[in-house]
Amino acid sequence: MKNLSLEEKEREFQAKIDADQKIEPNDWMPDEYRKTLIRQISQHAHSEIVGMLPEGNWITRAPNLRRKAVLLAKVQDEAGHGLYLYSAAETLGSDREKTIDDLNAGIAKYSSIFNYPTVTWADMGTIGWLVDGAAIMNQVPLCRCSYGPYARAMVRVCKEESFHQRQGFEIVMKLAQGTPEQKALAQESLNRWWWPALMMFGPNDANSKHTAQSMKWKIKRETNDELRQKFVDITVPQAEMIGLTIPDADLKWNEERQSYDFGAINWDEFMNVVQGNGPCNKERIAARREAKENGLWVREAANAFAEKRKARQAS
Amino acid sequence: MSNKEWPLWEVFIRSKQGLSHKHVGSLRAADAEMAIDNARDVYTRRSEGISIWVVESKLVTASDPREADALFDPADSKVYRHPTFYDVPDGISHM
Repeated sequence: MKNLSLEEKEREFQAKIDADQKIEPNDWMPDEYRKTLIRQISQHAHSEIVGMLPEGNWITRAPNLRRKAVLLAKVQDEAGHGLYLYSAAETLGSDREKTIDDLNAGIAKYSSIFNYPTVTWADMGTIGWLVDGAAIMNQVPLCRCSYGPYARAMVRVCKEESFHQRQGFEIVMKLAQGTPEQKALAQESLNRWWWPALMMFGPNDANSKHTAQSMKWKIKRETNDELRQKFVDITVPQAEMIGLTIPDADLKWNEERQSYDFGAINWDEFMNVVQGNGPCNKERIAARREAKENGLWVREAANAFAEKRKARQAS
Repeated sequence: MSNKEWPLWEVFIRSKQGLSHKHVGSLRAADAEMAIDNARDVYTRRSEGISIWVVESKLVTASDPREADALFDPADSKVYRHPTFYDVPDGISHM
């Protein structure tokens, strides 16, 4: 075994990253790299889990059986995504129960978008179209993330997300092509979700404290502003195609940049929601806490059953 | 009743007959049977598998990445184990 100084190890580590080699769980890594990944992966996992709540809200009220089956499948996928990610975080030595308890204690962060309420059926469409659309935009580059287990989880997640976006777009499109009331429902939903969706990419690059280091480590492959711009450029024509209006008076095509210019984001609102004061932050955390407490007997019963089965197999 | 944390399991899936089981990730479950049921729901929601193996993570013995050089070094010098090491004259086929 080679005896290297910390500096030499760090240099070798960065050289591996620069050569586009993946880092695997038992490989040496700087403490900060491990910490950054645990933070990011667990926040990502929490977002998937909390993300089930706004949509779970509509499962019993889906307008027909097809929509209900699809929504159930989508919400089940989100649970699956959360599980892949908690497992990926565990490969870095994070304690799964503690990670979950941090969420339930309101200490851990998750995507601020899930702190907005889903007040109409159209929101199920808009979430799939915009929120999952933005999530895909964020997650596709993560498939090339330097940490192997995270990258592999993202490949799986991205494959599944594209169904999420399409089913959402289908809902919005049907409403937009429906009666004037249905179209108004779709437009009203777009009006509420557009800006929070743009906030999903995080603060502007100049104000993003983790971006530079994360890019150097190839945990992050594109900056917040680059991804946000891509999302706007892709989504605006989709809205136009189905006859909906993006709620931004400053939105216009920039011939020179071959991109859309768009209005200023209300970062005060973003910070306020991140700090726990969004419309549903308390409700979401309370729901997660209740789920853990009310599920205790199930976890205990599973342990008891496992012991019983073991005893039976032994005899 | 015990509220002990469920152990961690590594999950391996055979995607179709004729292929080997491949590691896909891990999950928590109270015992092996439950791990298989959970793996079905977590890793094969889109017919990704026809067979599942689960192994409790703590039972896996792994080589130490810090010793990878020494461990795999013996193969490095044995280029003659590869067919490309040998010159085959023009005109010789099926070799």
